[in-house]
Amino acid sequence: MSLPATAQTALKAFSACPGWEQRARLLMQWGDLLVPLSDAERIEANRVQGCESQVWLLAEQDGAHWQFRASSDARLLRGLLALLLARVNDLPASELAQLDLPDWFTQLGLARHLSPSRSNGLQAVLTRMQHLLDANDQGAARH
Amino acid sequence: MPGLSIYTQQTVPAVPKPMSLISPWRADFPGIQALAAEGQTYLDSAATAQKPQAMLDALLGYYAGGAANVHRAQHLPGERATRAFEATREKVARWLNAPSAQQIIFTRSATEAFNLLAYGLEQRLQPGDEIVISALEHHANLLPWQQLALRRQLKLVVLPLDQHGLIDLAQAAQLIGPRTRLLAVSQLSNVLGCWQPLQPLLALAQAQGALTLVDGTQGVVHSRQDVQALGCDFYICSSHKLYGPDGVGLLYGRTNAIEQLAHWQFGGEMLLHTDYSNASFRPAPLGFEAGTPPIASVIALGASLDYLNSLNASAVSAHEAALHAELIAGLQLRQGLRLLGTPTVALASFVIDAVHNADLAHLLTEQGIAVRAGHHCAMPLLQGLGLNGAIRVSLGLYNDGGDLKRFFSALDQALELLQ
Repeated sequence: MSLPATAQTALKAFSACPGWEQRARLLMQWGDLLVPLSDAERIEANRVQGCESQVWLLAEQDGAHWQFRASSDARLLRGLLALLLARVNDLPASELAQLDLPDWFTQLGLARHLSPSRSNGLQAVLTRMQHLLDANDQGAARH
Repeated sequence: MPGLSIYTQQTVPAVPKPMSLISPWRADFPGIQALAAEGQTYLDSAATAQKPQAMLDALLGYYAGGAANVHRAQHLPGERATRAFEATREKVARWLNAPSAQQIIFTRSATEAFNLLAYGLEQRLQPGDEIVISALEHHANLLPWQQLALRRQLKLVVLPLDQHGLIDLAQAAQLIGPRTRLLAVSQLSNVLGCWQPLQPLLALAQAQGALTLVDGTQGVVHSRQDVQALGCDFYICSSHKLYGPDGVGLLYGRTNAIEQLAHWQFGGEMLLHTDYSNASFRPAPLGFEAGTPPIASVIALGASLDYLNSLNASAVSAHEAALHAELIAGLQLRQGLRLLGTPTVALASFVIDAVHNADLAHLLTEQGIAVRAGHHCAMPLLQGLGLNGAIRVSLGLYNDGGDLKRFFSALDQALELLQ
């Protein structure tokens, strides 16, 4: 399975990261790269439930490819979202379905952010992403 | 929320202060030492406390010595387990100065004790009756009443707080009225860390003939309680915050208050007689302890209470007060830090201007600092303050100056990155 170019860059940067401070700086830098969402997009319908921080996730299908956009009011979480988007965006739907995202964060050395004790979490974002994909599949099956 | 505000502490010039607060009891808690050896500084005792070795020994001793069910069997192991189990009831009664051990009901958590009361009192309440709580209640002392109010068309009245985070007595006097059937308030908020003016509040409710319930979940850990002096009808606390095992909640009730409760969970040995169609039930406490109780945990709680009894209570209080003063003084030195209310004991919650509490929590976690972030099971309180979360540092008797020093150094490092 191919690794998108931005994901390769991320992997290289994070695996070379020696300590928590550098990792935090890097996460904030990645977070700053997220394309901001408009006020019209930061609405309840796009909110990820189960996060104590505010997180919004939007999905759009462009032919056979999925494009996700996301943001949060918490900076470090924005970094995690950027790393997630770097891995999933531009993938064909078939590849996206088989993607092991927990493994992606493990490779980055960020697996701890998927722990079930985190109510502020990335896990809720992954669940929401899956729901968006499932809802689309069901919609497609009905048509 | 009217009243309570979060306010900026005046920044005072840094005074170098040696952090030499030593806990002579730290060595009794293998958990705090194991965490320290792992590089973790545990400052989340308001969520759950570490356990003394004596409790661990009792837990292992019960299982290793031969487990048996309680209140059922004539055999020796059953008799031994029942004796040990009931001995804890006596110890709890003495700990709280309850007149009799029969006034102590074991539940599976403090939350379950609140639910027991909400279901046990339900039939006595009529549409339009009022239940009074305060704005700072933990979800455990909010949701059972909120849901009961919805089931029975009751009115849930919420007492507002003043700017320090204390229940506003003048407003309470207006809001507690002839339709008030129950006042259910916390003694010590798990977010704001200040003792509530219970005596005048209970008096207001009693003057209206209402039942009174005190949530002592945090309070019981930081000051020795006397339920008779307090004069409440019910007092609830949990074992796991009181250095005991989890899986046990404690409900004290005045005898004539307990008599008003309907049975609520059915099964096991809580009955006197049953046929296929009807049953009669035991009185409290056993009538409210359906199913096999958490036997090992109850027995081990007895060991925790013995341990706590063996300590010099005033030395513990003095140590906790000194730690808390050190915590508050240190927090007040940090630029842009705002405390929630005016914490005076056990814990402090705070936010920092222009810093998201989730970001701060993230970086404290990275540095091995175990504090709580978020809404602390008091969502409406935080919402009322216009906050989506806060960081809470909470103390146990085993914490020491070194823990605070590590916390502050991690806090400064985190803020350097974030600000």
